[in-house]
Amino acid sequence: MLQVPTDDAALTDEGLAPRGVGRVLLIACGALAREILDLTRRNGWNHLDLTCLPAILHNSPEKIPAAVEAALIKHQNDYAKIFVVYADCGTGGALQAVCDAHDVEMIAGPHCYAFFEGVEAFTRNAEDEFTAFYLTDFLVRQFDAFVWKPLGLDRYPELLSTYFGHYETLVYQAQTDDPELNAKARDCAQRLGLTYQRRFTGYGDLEPALAAQAG
Amino acid sequence: MSNEDDEIILSELNDDDLVLQMMDDLYDGLKEEIAEAVGILLERGWQPYDVLTKALVAGMTVVGNDFRDGILFVPEVLMAAGAMKGGMAILKPLLIETDAPKMGKMVIGTVKGDIHDIGKNLVAMMMEGAGFEVVDLGINNAVDSYLEAAEREGADIIGMSALLTTTMPYMKVVIDTLKEQGKRDDYLVLIGGAPLNEEFGKAIGADAYCRDAAVAVQTAKDMIARKHNLRG
Repeated sequence: MLQVPTDDAALTDEGLAPRGVGRVLLIACGALAREILDLTRRNGWNHLDLTCLPAILHNSPEKIPAAVEAALIKHQNDYAKIFVVYADCGTGGALQAVCDAHDVEMIAGPHCYAFFEGVEAFTRNAEDEFTAFYLTDFLVRQFDAFVWKPLGLDRYPELLSTYFGHYETLVYQAQTDDPELNAKARDCAQRLGLTYQRRFTGYGDLEPALAAQAG
Repeated sequence: MSNEDDEIILSELNDDDLVLQMMDDLYDGLKEEIAEAVGILLERGWQPYDVLTKALVAGMTVVGNDFRDGILFVPEVLMAAGAMKGGMAILKPLLIETDAPKMGKMVIGTVKGDIHDIGKNLVAMMMEGAGFEVVDLGINNAVDSYLEAAEREGADIIGMSALLTTTMPYMKVVIDTLKEQGKRDDYLVLIGGAPLNEEFGKAIGADAYCRDAAVAVQTAKDMIARKHNLRG
């Protein structure tokens, strides 16, 4: 049975249920569902099952460790192995501590922006790029739900400079070649008053990280 | 909070009602109304320090509590802070002229590589409201920036803020440098930022991790008082 992602709104607020088939379970952020399912399909990794937590947790990183832990406890007896497809994601090491306590691995790096670009390259550039605001394919598609509305910019446009006054560039880390997303990302940059840069990353470190679970 | 603002003429309210209205207006982020009300209270002979503490700080305390309890969210808190800032701009020069209590001096900034200053700005504002003199170092501060400013200003407190997991370790660089230079005991070091926690604060040798602006103010007050008591 092929697992297909539901729409972005559902991935944002509800996440994705597992198929219940496969030896290894991936517990991932809903923002990565499409990319992970694309990789598992293309590589024929049928033994990998996927469940996603609501992507909107991205905006409340302090809630991620408990949510991942609840998923680990819920599924730990149903699979031979579980892999957590989150980076630190602003949890300040708390997610790593949860994974260590349950003896499961998680993806390396500070956040998805880093592993899409490649953690090494991202870290190398970080010192020169700290005025960059990053969006991925998912975040471009869900810009209003993840950025504009939660920051209250729909209600209080005067807060724009409070949030983005020190940023200079919006870097769209493109996982796919999609002219529509490129146009939308450019529009996001314009709305935020930032210069625009598109950077094709593909899936970066995500593919090797999942391939390691495929062995 | 209030839906009847359109019909309220601030200058016609008595002092108690005006202060309550100011707390409502602060909650609703109404900068112009706050500035007007501050002016009215000053005209009525209120001391700047009383306007600050009894109206603005009291109002922001309600905002802070509701934020902590999940009733208010970041945009609303920022609008309230913007309104308070409007009032503070009027009061600040007057507070300097008068004998408002001085709690101590703080230098504060976000650490190297971190441009996220919303939390830092809230802390700076609430610390000023609590009677601390605050020297705001802005964003992206290297260790020398903190140390030079703390020494130059004769600060009691160094405040460091970081939003990113990648930048928060830099706080340890600053604290370790203070130790190397034999200056660690000269300052209280308070840290804050979303990915931080108490454990991290202890691990890097900070005096305290402050969860939010209200906690930062209370922690600073308690620690300064303790320091004074120790000095006898």
